[in-house]
Amino acid sequence: MRIFGLSFNVIKTLLTTQYAYMLEYRIEIALWALSGVLPFIMFSLWSQNDVGNTFGLNDIGLARYFLSAFLVRQFSVVWVVFSFEEDSLSGRLSPYLLQPLHPLLRYVAAHLAEQATRLPFAIAIAITFFILNPSSFWLPSLPQLFLAYLSTHLAFSIAFLLQSLVAAFCFWTEKSSALERLIFVPYLFLSGLLVPLSAFPSSVLKLAMCTPFPYLINFPAKILSGMPVNISSGFLAQILWISILIPLVNILWKLGVKRYTAMGA
Amino acid sequence: MQRYFKTIRLFWSTAFASQLEYQLNFLIELLAMLGTLLGSVFILSLFFTGGRQLGDWTWESALVIQGVYTFLDGLTNALLRPNLTEIVNYVREGTLDYVLLKPMDSQFLLSVKKFSFAGLPEIILGLSIVFWAAIQSGTSFSLYSLFVFIISLFIGFVILYSVWFLIAASSIWFVKTWNATEVLRALLAAGRYPISAYPVILRFIFTLVLPVAFLTTFPAEAILGELKFNILFFGLMLSSLFFIFSRFFWKFALKHYTSASS
Repeated sequence: MRIFGLSFNVIKTLLTTQYAYMLEYRIEIALWALSGVLPFIMFSLWSQNDVGNTFGLNDIGLARYFLSAFLVRQFSVVWVVFSFEEDSLSGRLSPYLLQPLHPLLRYVAAHLAEQATRLPFAIAIAITFFILNPSSFWLPSLPQLFLAYLSTHLAFSIAFLLQSLVAAFCFWTEKSSALERLIFVPYLFLSGLLVPLSAFPSSVLKLAMCTPFPYLINFPAKILSGMPVNISSGFLAQILWISILIPLVNILWKLGVKRYTAMGA
Repeated sequence: MQRYFKTIRLFWSTAFASQLEYQLNFLIELLAMLGTLLGSVFILSLFFTGGRQLGDWTWESALVIQGVYTFLDGLTNALLRPNLTEIVNYVREGTLDYVLLKPMDSQFLLSVKKFSFAGLPEIILGLSIVFWAAIQSGTSFSLYSLFVFIISLFIGFVILYSVWFLIAASSIWFVKTWNATEVLRALLAAGRYPISAYPVILRFIFTLVLPVAFLTTFPAEAILGELKFNILFFGLMLSSLFFIFSRFFWKFALKHYTSASS
């Protein structure tokens, strides 16, 4: 059986080596999990100031939404542009390019392995959240959990492709990670990390829905927290964005590799 | 003392020269900054829907806080981030040796070596917002309130620097503290909103444990002429304490430095 042209053995080796590597950095990953506290800060603000009911969420709804947003973020966070830039500048990319394996797949494996390492920390933070806000406790039903899991993975794929697009610019400029800021800023405000998108005025909401960002946090978080959401159109949009981004990344990557000059080697 | 000023001048002029090579970066930073400001003012406006207030702050006075935050963020991007995130690399690659061998204070060298000029527009814009919003909320400035404002900004910056430096210095033991600074940055984002808008327990934490209140809320109160004198006094004490501790901690950390890759 082959997935993305890779045999099962290759995938297994990639994932297990990356997992072993990530396990070495447990403390860093725990800290990184902690650095996702922003949704909790925003939750305390929204609930303290009773703004939730203006967009149809009571305190419990807010708590569940922001915990879900936190969890979705934990498993869709992407840093490929930073590793790629480092590898590209230090010349480490050269041997990767020689191998019969697309270098991006190596980063995919690293991200997936890191998500597995992060799981216990994310659960610990969720439990702490429930201890502090016992009234918000809920367990999503199995189908809900499955759909949320699926949409989080799709969200991760979109985020990964978006950043790979930026990373491919490393072939042209030395500092493509600066470009990442231009993706991060709209992501921060339009993804639903700071506020559920239902709080937006309708004109801004319409604009936001034309971008991929709401499908990165808002959509999966809504499924997980059990808020009413149009599931089929959400998944459709996620798949649409992925199918737009894959060819773009492919083209840019192929153009870029031709320009690759093996820096630092 | 003069030696130190001369060093700063040399450092920053070379930084300027090397950054001219990346003019596009400057443009990107500018765009990102404008986007961030637009986004956070938009989010802030959501708190004020239906004539509400945010923790007894009016819209205009809350904008003053955004301005102070933008100003400090600019300083962070210009000075703190380029320098203090490098410390980790010095430790990891063993190049800290070269810094330590120089006949100058190592904390000083590490803290001022770089200056990112892309942070300057943010600094200017932040200050402009502070004054514009303060005027909008009907404040009349006095020499005294300006003086208190400058002092409280200074207090905020010293605390920010010290906390950040403490974390960076701990890289002597842990090497990879990049993630710890990310935690700090995430928590500092709380400074975008007035401290009184938070639940009591967070107010306590953000005043005494991680003094976010001293970074943005108190300077904003200062320019609005509402800062109590004892808070200013307390801030001076606290910031000196933080700074002294950061120096003490650095000296202590250096005793444990074992160099790398040699």
